[in-house]
Amino acid sequence: MRSVVLTAILLGIGVPGVWADGADEGRAKVRVSYWEKWVGPEARSIKAVAEAFNRSQGRIVVEVMTVSPIDRKTLVATAGGDPPDIAGLYGHNLASFADAEALMPLEEFIRRDGLTPEQWLERYYPVYQRIVQHNGRIYAGISTPAMITLHWNKTLFREAGLDPERPPRTVAELDEYARKLTKRDPQTGEITQIGFLPQEPGWWPWIFCRWFGGELFDGERITLATDPRNLAAMRWVASYSQTYGAEALARFASGFAGQMNSPQSGFFSGKVAMVFQGVWYNNYIREYKPGLDYGAASAWPSASPGIDDFGMAEADLMVIPRGAKHPQEAWEFIKYVNRNNPRATRREELEGSELLCYLQEKNSPLREWSPFFAQHHPHPYIAAFRELSASPHAQATPDIGIWTEYQREVLNAFTRVRLLLETPEAALASAQQRLEKSWARHRRSLELHGQIPTKKGALAP
Amino acid sequence: MTKRERRQFFTGLGFTSLWIVGLGLFTAYPVLASLYYSFCDYSILKSPVWCGLSNYTELFSDDLFWLSLKNTLIYAGVSVPLGAVVALSLALLLNQDVRGRPLFRVLFYLPSIVPLVAASMLWMWIFNGQVGLLNWVLTPLLEPFGLTPPGWLVDPAWAKSALIIMSLWGTGNAMVIYLAGLQNVPRELYEAAEIDGASGFRRFWHVTLPQLAPVVYFNVVMSLIGALQIFTQAIVMSSAASGGTGTEMDGFPARSTLFYTMHLFATAFYDLRMGYASAMAYVLFLIIAGLTWLATRVSRDRLN
Repeated sequence: MRSVVLTAILLGIGVPGVWADGADEGRAKVRVSYWEKWVGPEARSIKAVAEAFNRSQGRIVVEVMTVSPIDRKTLVATAGGDPPDIAGLYGHNLASFADAEALMPLEEFIRRDGLTPEQWLERYYPVYQRIVQHNGRIYAGISTPAMITLHWNKTLFREAGLDPERPPRTVAELDEYARKLTKRDPQTGEITQIGFLPQEPGWWPWIFCRWFGGELFDGERITLATDPRNLAAMRWVASYSQTYGAEALARFASGFAGQMNSPQSGFFSGKVAMVFQGVWYNNYIREYKPGLDYGAASAWPSASPGIDDFGMAEADLMVIPRGAKHPQEAWEFIKYVNRNNPRATRREELEGSELLCYLQEKNSPLREWSPFFAQHHPHPYIAAFRELSASPHAQATPDIGIWTEYQREVLNAFTRVRLLLETPEAALASAQQRLEKSWARHRRSLELHGQIPTKKGALAP
Repeated sequence: MTKRERRQFFTGLGFTSLWIVGLGLFTAYPVLASLYYSFCDYSILKSPVWCGLSNYTELFSDDLFWLSLKNTLIYAGVSVPLGAVVALSLALLLNQDVRGRPLFRVLFYLPSIVPLVAASMLWMWIFNGQVGLLNWVLTPLLEPFGLTPPGWLVDPAWAKSALIIMSLWGTGNAMVIYLAGLQNVPRELYEAAEIDGASGFRRFWHVTLPQLAPVVYFNVVMSLIGALQIFTQAIVMSSAASGGTGTEMDGFPARSTLFYTMHLFATAFYDLRMGYASAMAYVLFLIIAGLTWLATRVSRDRLN
């Protein structure tokens, strides 16, 4: 008998009040699992926003979990039928995940909330509208937006006799400034400081093609080697190696390769005077080189006739993987993070996107900025990033399902051109050849799975 | 089978059933499933669609397949014999009767237990073109000849060599096995050779090496299998040298360190082409099996 009582107590039967409370709470609240990749300030910010959302209503509890690598874990969990309700993917994952049918389209959720997809998209700046879509369908909300622009070291500008408040406005000026900002050891001739290095940080060599006005993909065909503007971009990359010496540049850069998160990075250590970096860079500067006197340009130097407001956008996305257990509740949180309080005049009144972007010190992807967000943003150059976001010429990752391969091919071509291993023509031609094969194969695969009409015009069974 | 034998058989099966189920579920099934997927267009999230031999035929016209295979064979072809020579030399040295011998053995073995990622981070600094330890040593040696040391990990001509040099870091395991083999060589053989007037080198060549042949064979085959699957150190170094571009599987710089398993991994998990990656895995399996068979055949006489 004693053992029966003991078992009953252990099972919770002996404390019905406590047990029932827990059960009521469990029934009332839906727990939404959200996998996010970031640690550090970004993770703290997203957790603060999740807590704000949890406080704002009583039905849904968003639980943020840091998961890395987010793309592969999401992929495997989705394939295994147990994905999170929300996954914080990278922007460049969207097309391939959507083509793999890993994501839920969001139009139905949007319509249920009384908006048309067009009205929903209209709230974002044009470049972010493109980032959340694949093949004309909306698959994501934005968690962490970013714009990338030229950052320059004002102290080094002063030392070189340049106006520290005036960044280069054209590519020709960029090259000229780079020459003036480059120093060599008088004894050995080795480079000790350089104005600009195309491979620093080397994360987006493909953007140089877009910057020069080139297309990477026209919606049907790969245009990497066929668009002469892409060739012009790669010739410009090669010009740095021809001017300063490919080997000398590589050796100089090897001293700080991969050191972005440290005081030894090229820009923080004063070895590189100008660098393309994102809105996040201010956080890094504060941590690794506090007090650095730098500027962030409100547009890239003009590289294409008639375009003097070029910018590059990136974004981390919030998606609902197929098979998520609470898609509607996941959508509620995505919706919360993708709206703001346009009337906020105090920090406490910031909501959703603006709260997150304020905490992370980043630009908002939404067109409408509240007075507080615009005027009291902690980033000293937020106005420049706002201008960049609004630019009709801002560019982001092309919408193509083989982007992972594309990115690798461009990086390889860029490296070969930079090291003068191949001419720009040859490097782009071989990348184009491989990409054409990949694209044809990808199309065949989509046809095989009935995702696009076959050549005969019918969807495959 | 008698009743007693049958009972013993089922008792045995009962005790091993957990292992058998585990082997079936977590090893045999994935191996067989991937064989099936290698004949399919399969992206992990969509149902596999049978496509016959097209993955295998495509492999042979994929220039990255050939490049990654070439890089891997060069790496294995240099690092395996070099590793064997270094490990055997260390074992011979550590087999000498010197003071502090156990300490030396520990010191030479220690690197083998350092996790590969940590070791790679360390080597990344050693190979740093500007402030690296290696170039700090090489610069004064090369200067009189008007030469400068390479940028190692950022130089396509030297990045593979850097990884080969780094592979020597992990020779501790093989060294310990050689050391055990050396202790099993009968002393009387050395004594007989000495009486016959054999020099130190001839004793090594005619006594030590033949006696160690099975150990050399084992170590070479195991190192070969490991070298053909080089992965961790290559992606850590490639990623660091490229500045963490997210394309670490591409064998930076300029695909000079694009190894077979990296190409396979990128195909599977970045490009979501599991069917093609499965075909690559089976081809690698056949290559490893073939080379192991070749090593066994070549060394058969010596082993006997």
